[in-house]
Amino acid sequence: MSIWRQLTRGLRVLTSQDAADRDLDEELQRYLEDATDAHIAAGMSPDAARRQVRMDAGSALIVREQVRESAWESIVLRSAADLRYAARRLRATPSFTLVCVITLALGIGATTAIFSAVNPILFEPLPYPQAARIATIWDRRPDDGPLPATFGTYREVAERSRSFDALAAFKPWQPTLTGPSQAERLDGQRVSADYFRAIGVPPAIGRDFERGDDVVNGPNVAIVSDGLWRRKFGGDTAAIGRTATLNGALFTIVGVMPPRFDNVLAPDAEIWAPLQYDRSLPTGGREWGHHLQIVGRLRRGVSIDLARQDLDAIARTQVAEFRRVPWSTMARGLTVRALQDDVTRGVRPALLAIVGAVVLLLAIACVNVTNLLLARGAQRRGEFAMRTALGAGRSRLIRQVITESLLLAAAGGAAGIGVTAVGVRALVAVSPPGLPRVTAIAVNAPVLAFAFAATTIIGIVIGIVPALHASRDLHVGLQDTTARVAGGHQLARRTLVVAEVALALVLLVGAGLLLRSLRGLFAVAPGFDPHGVLSLQVQIAGPAYTDAGAIQRFFDRARDAVRSVPGVAAAGWTSQLPLSGDFDKYGANFESSPTQQGDSDTSALRYAVSPGYFETMRIPLRRGRPLDAREENPRAPVSVLLSESLAKRRFPGTDAIGQRLHLGRTDLPWYTVVGIVGDVKQTSLALTEPEAVYVTTAQWYSPDRVLSLVVRAHGDLAALTSSIRDAIASVDKDQPIVRVATLDRLVGRSAAERRFALVLFEAFAIVALVLAAIGIYGVLAGSVGERTREIGVRSALGASRADIMMLVVGQGLSLTSIGAVIGVAAAAFASRALTTLLFGISPLDPTTYALVVATLTAVAAFACWIPAWRAARIDPAVTLRAE
Amino acid sequence: MPEPKTDVIQGTLDLLILKTLSLEPMHGFGLARRVEQISRGVFKVNPGSLLTALQRLERAGWVDAAWRDTENSRRARIYTLTRAGRRELERQTDHWNRRAAAIARLLRAEG
Repeated sequence: MSIWRQLTRGLRVLTSQDAADRDLDEELQRYLEDATDAHIAAGMSPDAARRQVRMDAGSALIVREQVRESAWESIVLRSAADLRYAARRLRATPSFTLVCVITLALGIGATTAIFSAVNPILFEPLPYPQAARIATIWDRRPDDGPLPATFGTYREVAERSRSFDALAAFKPWQPTLTGPSQAERLDGQRVSADYFRAIGVPPAIGRDFERGDDVVNGPNVAIVSDGLWRRKFGGDTAAIGRTATLNGALFTIVGVMPPRFDNVLAPDAEIWAPLQYDRSLPTGGREWGHHLQIVGRLRRGVSIDLARQDLDAIARTQVAEFRRVPWSTMARGLTVRALQDDVTRGVRPALLAIVGAVVLLLAIACVNVTNLLLARGAQRRGEFAMRTALGAGRSRLIRQVITESLLLAAAGGAAGIGVTAVGVRALVAVSPPGLPRVTAIAVNAPVLAFAFAATTIIGIVIGIVPALHASRDLHVGLQDTTARVAGGHQLARRTLVVAEVALALVLLVGAGLLLRSLRGLFAVAPGFDPHGVLSLQVQIAGPAYTDAGAIQRFFDRARDAVRSVPGVAAAGWTSQLPLSGDFDKYGANFESSPTQQGDSDTSALRYAVSPGYFETMRIPLRRGRPLDAREENPRAPVSVLLSESLAKRRFPGTDAIGQRLHLGRTDLPWYTVVGIVGDVKQTSLALTEPEAVYVTTAQWYSPDRVLSLVVRAHGDLAALTSSIRDAIASVDKDQPIVRVATLDRLVGRSAAERRFALVLFEAFAIVALVLAAIGIYGVLAGSVGERTREIGVRSALGASRADIMMLVVGQGLSLTSIGAVIGVAAAAFASRALTTLLFGISPLDPTTYALVVATLTAVAAFACWIPAWRAARIDPAVTLRAE
Repeated sequence: MPEPKTDVIQGTLDLLILKTLSLEPMHGFGLARRVEQISRGVFKVNPGSLLTALQRLERAGWVDAAWRDTENSRRARIYTLTRAGRRELERQTDHWNRRAAAIARLLRAEG
């Protein structure tokens, strides 16, 4: 076959239809003349010959159609004609078209916006070579949950396991960059030498870290992000080898990362330096603290499962060569996860729930438009019947209706792209902090392809039912000029309304459950009083702060300076701030506790605080005495406070006061418990992690350089912020102040994932409710229109206006209640998917269901009322005369 | 009256056209008449099918078409068999002979 000829001949017809028609007509004309001549030559009269030819050949017009139809380009021509006709029909009913387009734009736009976020986060591979081979490794909590790893774990895995090509430990790092311009705190990471090899992205300029960089007291070298390089080093390749002052020490810049490097493990990091931990693993050092993350690149051919088995075997069999400290958790095994799975784990339940919600919304939008098309189809029966009578086949009519629905969907899709563009921006704005790959959320090629595919599918889906209806029983249509026959399409439309109500109810229940969960969550007592408390973090660094005394003096003087700011009632330091993401646990080993032996988890949150902390936070003292000036003397015997739960757990039925313990290092004198305070929510309002030990910063053996200040003040906290900053700067202006936030905000943020899901569910549910109301209204209005005569007869026979209104409202509410029953059953099933996002209520919470059904019924009743009112005003005399 | 004419068997019109054109280039009506003549009036070709088939064959590259003046100085679209068309004719002829022989054998078979 000659594709070239097919194409050129077809295109020639398409580009100059008239010429092609003339050509064909001329050839046909010549044929008929020849045939006539032949008959005449055979002895016929010219008239008889012409008649005979016409009988043999048929109509010239039909011959022409026959030849034309057989070529491929006729499909194009026909579709173009269908399209022109459809466009004309839609323009003729602008309000119908507008409602459909807006509905579809909302549905398609919302779905596409959600896709734009979900695709890079959950589905697209991470932007690294062979990203599926990257895994993370965690130590285990007693409940088998993941626990940040120790350097001891890292070293043992790195040396014993053969599953990895590259393995790296890392931790967050926030150095202060000082130089000619103002001091700036940077986000960064301290990483093992193989960090970038594990991820698979080497620096674009300069060199990667090497083994020799990552040793105790190794060279101060750093790799910077492309952004930082452009901002601070003018994007000059000569920056390699230059030095930068970080925390008062000189670091040599050795490399620059590529511009589009997306570091999912720490999206804000701009600078990296070697971890430089001690591979000899001294017992009392940071090497045995659970504060590192581990990332590794699996060897080719090693699956995650295989690595899991390998590491489990290593963890469970201790060998003499690798010493472990008594509180090591390794014997519990290790948790191995795919990197993508790991970084998206927190937000996955919320995202999947949102995907479910938006699919429901899209389904409702489609059902609604289908319903509108059906209603219009009913009005167009006369037109279709006429076209059938004129020779249009059933398939031709179906094609016509589908063309219209495709055109509607295309307009909806085009408008939907606008909705998507707005939606994507809104989505990023309400996204929870720490959402991975936020920078990849945009309207890009895959998103447009998705929108296009969705539009096409929707165009066909919404057209199928109306097309089948339009092409059915057309002979009835032509006889029945008064359009009295309601019949089948009413049934289809009612079914669709029931479906719409049911879908909307599922969405509403989801939104309701989330709303009540969030309410419940905020009703949880965090253990402190967040109202009127401002927090900020100070991280001290520099040559002036090398010994514990200097560090303690700075923090004391800064606190005193803040306390003297007018309006400040109390202020105190803490090493970890509740609900801020801080998480710091140490082994708490009591001298004699009846429950400690055999307890697999002896760890407790460690708070190094200044005595004013409890007063500022209003954490209640349950028994004993608070920490006070006595504990501000580093040389005095160490006294600590326990949280209520820890005291109860270790000393059930007895008094914990006076008991002695070690926290972290076991080679120091015992600490004495002098008081018990209330429990505090540290990681999240939804989690209970109440075991805590409080010690003063002055008495802690390894001084903290990063502390958070909490300030309780009267009046406007925002207005006080700058005076508080000034007060701290008056002690040392070079120490950056970061993470300024009210505790109310931190409490709010701790529910960010749930709030994210809730905001979207609420938006979708409201749209769904409106669409369902439009659907109910549309069906009833159509039904009243078709039953005008019946209603006229009824009122002529004595039915009152109230009777007629009840008739219509009853019809609407019966549809609503069928939909509600189905919807409640569906919601009971579907809301189980929300379980991880709920707090304090069951997915079957009866109050939520009752409220949702009541809301839906009220809205439905309102939607019924307008057509009912119109029906009641039908004048029987007018209607009956019209017949 | 001649005996009743039958329509060309489905799928054989292409073969008949190619065969006829292999004798000499021809225009539409000439083709129709020649097919009727050679088949002794058994096959009747209507212009709709014929022009459709010619369009298809032309696009397939088996025949070329060009407007030319004919003997009575009327313009006509003359169809010529191409080289590819000749090969196609051989292929279809073989195919047809095989089928016809097989059908003939089947009809001869008894009991």
